[in-house]
Amino acid sequence: MSTNAAPPDRIPQDRPKADAFLHVKDLRVHFPTDDGVVKSVDGLSFSLERGQTLGIVGESGSGKSVTSLSIMGLHAEGTAEISGQVVLDGDSLVGASAEHVRQLRGKKMAMIFQDPLSAMHPYYTVGHQIIEAYRVHNNVSKQVARKHAIEMLDRVGIPQPTSRVDDYPHQFSGGMRQRAMIAMALSCDPELLIADEPTTALDVTVQAQILDLIRDLQQEFNSAVIIITHDLGVVAELADDILVMYAGRVVEYASAHEIFTAPQHPYTWGLLGSMPRLDRERAERLMPIKGTPPSLINVPSGCPFHPRCSYAHLTGGASETERPELVEITPRHNLACHLSTQDRQRIWEHDIKPKL
Amino acid sequence: MPTTVLTYIVRRLIGAVILLFIVSAVVFSIFFLIPRAAGASADDLASRYVGKSAGVEQIHQTAVKLGFTDPIYVQYGRFAKGIVVGQDYNYGPAVEHCPAPCLGYSFITQNPVLPDLLDRLPVTLSLAAGAAVLWLVGGVSIGVISALKRGSALDRASMSVALAGVSLPIFFTGLLTLSIFSYGLGWTAPGGANPMDATSPLDWAYRMILPWITLAFLFAAAYARLTRAGMLETMNEDYIRTARAKGLRERDVVVKHGLRAALTPILTIFGLDLGLLLGGAILTETTFSLPGLGQYAVQAINNNDLPKVLGVTLLGAVFIIMANLIVDLLYAVVDPRVRTK
Repeated sequence: MSTNAAPPDRIPQDRPKADAFLHVKDLRVHFPTDDGVVKSVDGLSFSLERGQTLGIVGESGSGKSVTSLSIMGLHAEGTAEISGQVVLDGDSLVGASAEHVRQLRGKKMAMIFQDPLSAMHPYYTVGHQIIEAYRVHNNVSKQVARKHAIEMLDRVGIPQPTSRVDDYPHQFSGGMRQRAMIAMALSCDPELLIADEPTTALDVTVQAQILDLIRDLQQEFNSAVIIITHDLGVVAELADDILVMYAGRVVEYASAHEIFTAPQHPYTWGLLGSMPRLDRERAERLMPIKGTPPSLINVPSGCPFHPRCSYAHLTGGASETERPELVEITPRHNLACHLSTQDRQRIWEHDIKPKL
Repeated sequence: MPTTVLTYIVRRLIGAVILLFIVSAVVFSIFFLIPRAAGASADDLASRYVGKSAGVEQIHQTAVKLGFTDPIYVQYGRFAKGIVVGQDYNYGPAVEHCPAPCLGYSFITQNPVLPDLLDRLPVTLSLAAGAAVLWLVGGVSIGVISALKRGSALDRASMSVALAGVSLPIFFTGLLTLSIFSYGLGWTAPGGANPMDATSPLDWAYRMILPWITLAFLFAAAYARLTRAGMLETMNEDYIRTARAKGLRERDVVVKHGLRAALTPILTIFGLDLGLLLGGAILTETTFSLPGLGQYAVQAINNNDLPKVLGVTLLGAVFIIMANLIVDLLYAVVDPRVRTK
């Protein structure tokens, strides 16, 4: 079987719209090392509008964070080979001068990191760090910037912001630190906000608060948001679209509703099966994905997921020899899988859905 | 808050005084007890301080006069008492009072030790201060550049020079620079130029530049390596990525965020090195014939002049202990995480 014999419902995808607010096309980020080229991101395309939220989901090493860092232009010069297109509001970022991208960073696009304790400088007060972020892009006095920092801290729900502004990061709790991080990221009203695992380092009780905060602020600022996570639960309520990454490639890209109600890729099934559900009876065990993520230097031939896929044998060997293209199988639902539509429907309806 | 800082300082100062007494007792013992334990009598010790022609009776009188015939604890007690309340010294025709803190009188020159030390301190201070500025500025800048250009020819070259710097002894680099720049090219002052005789700041620098460079070369090498290692570590921290994500200029990222964090451990080492040097830079002072504390210590040891040795050792210990205290206090200024604990 080959792509020539693809079922008729597979039409060439044209989803990533070139005039979208953020348009990423065929992004490749390769790191040459002594052991070989690490293909962290290998042909990624998506687009995002203002006011929309995209969830990028995948295991560690699937290329999620590398994607966000390359959009932000944060890969050290000379370490990464980046090709493809990243167009932000009509402004092409790949190949743009470092100084140009620097001026966009923090102002047009901002980022929230995973561990707010290590992501904030231990020697500077929280206020100082927000003021610094504001004054890079706004020519204002320290007093004005300080007032703005206090407003931002108040906005993200820090109690007594006028006194807490002079605290150091270690004097904040984990959740408060992440709020302060968000205040810092939003201090210049960015139009694109990238949140890289924003809740991973936090208590479960605080996670929901932070996600609510991100959603509220997004509505207030009408910014485009990318949430990167390994936890589908995080993006379940927040994301409009979900992009599932595996070994640096997109395996499934659809609306959040589709991903949760009609997922088509065995890897997505695996991610859903690994999510503990409290609203179900505990009759079944969790269904973890067997094996470990592949090396990004020696990516498996064909479909990179095939060594871990329970249904690879149904493709007649195609999954071992041929890389599946990402195609739009139904409107707004993109998939890279060799399984036939019938097989996928049958497995989803009979084997997967009843167990979730 | 200020009261806790104050009690901390007071506690540290009390500890410092105790430590100084221990240091003095140990030095005292080394120079007195060990010869006695090896079988030398009080007269044998005293014979070092009289002329070759002195008779047995004269030697014995000297031993009594210097107090060698008293038990060791009486001798040490006399010395310790001198520091706290002062001491009267009977050198025959008259009795002279030596006010506290009295470090005693030289066995050989009969001069009180403390004024001698204070006389020589500015020379050592000149040497240490100038060299410290040079090595700190030089070492840290080379370290930062090396870290940022890791693996480049510049990095490899400066790290090789740094290796040479820590490996080459001062008497080698000192004599080499002296023979080239002073005796060869005539650009700088010859050895033995006392900085205290300088007529202007420029003259002072002219006299000191070679000793500064020689001493700074040794330290700059270590500081360059320390800074490089520290910068390589901090520039990989998450908060550096955050600083870049804010859109800060790379210079600000490096200096305000990277170097700021990397400098903290360097500050500790710097304080201790400076404290150590103030006690006398023996090799540099000897190589360049500078009449500082280091040279004084060497002469005192060569002459077995115990009060001088004790004095210079104690002064050195005071500097090191003070440097330690200042570094610890500065740490709280530099790193806010220390402050709240």
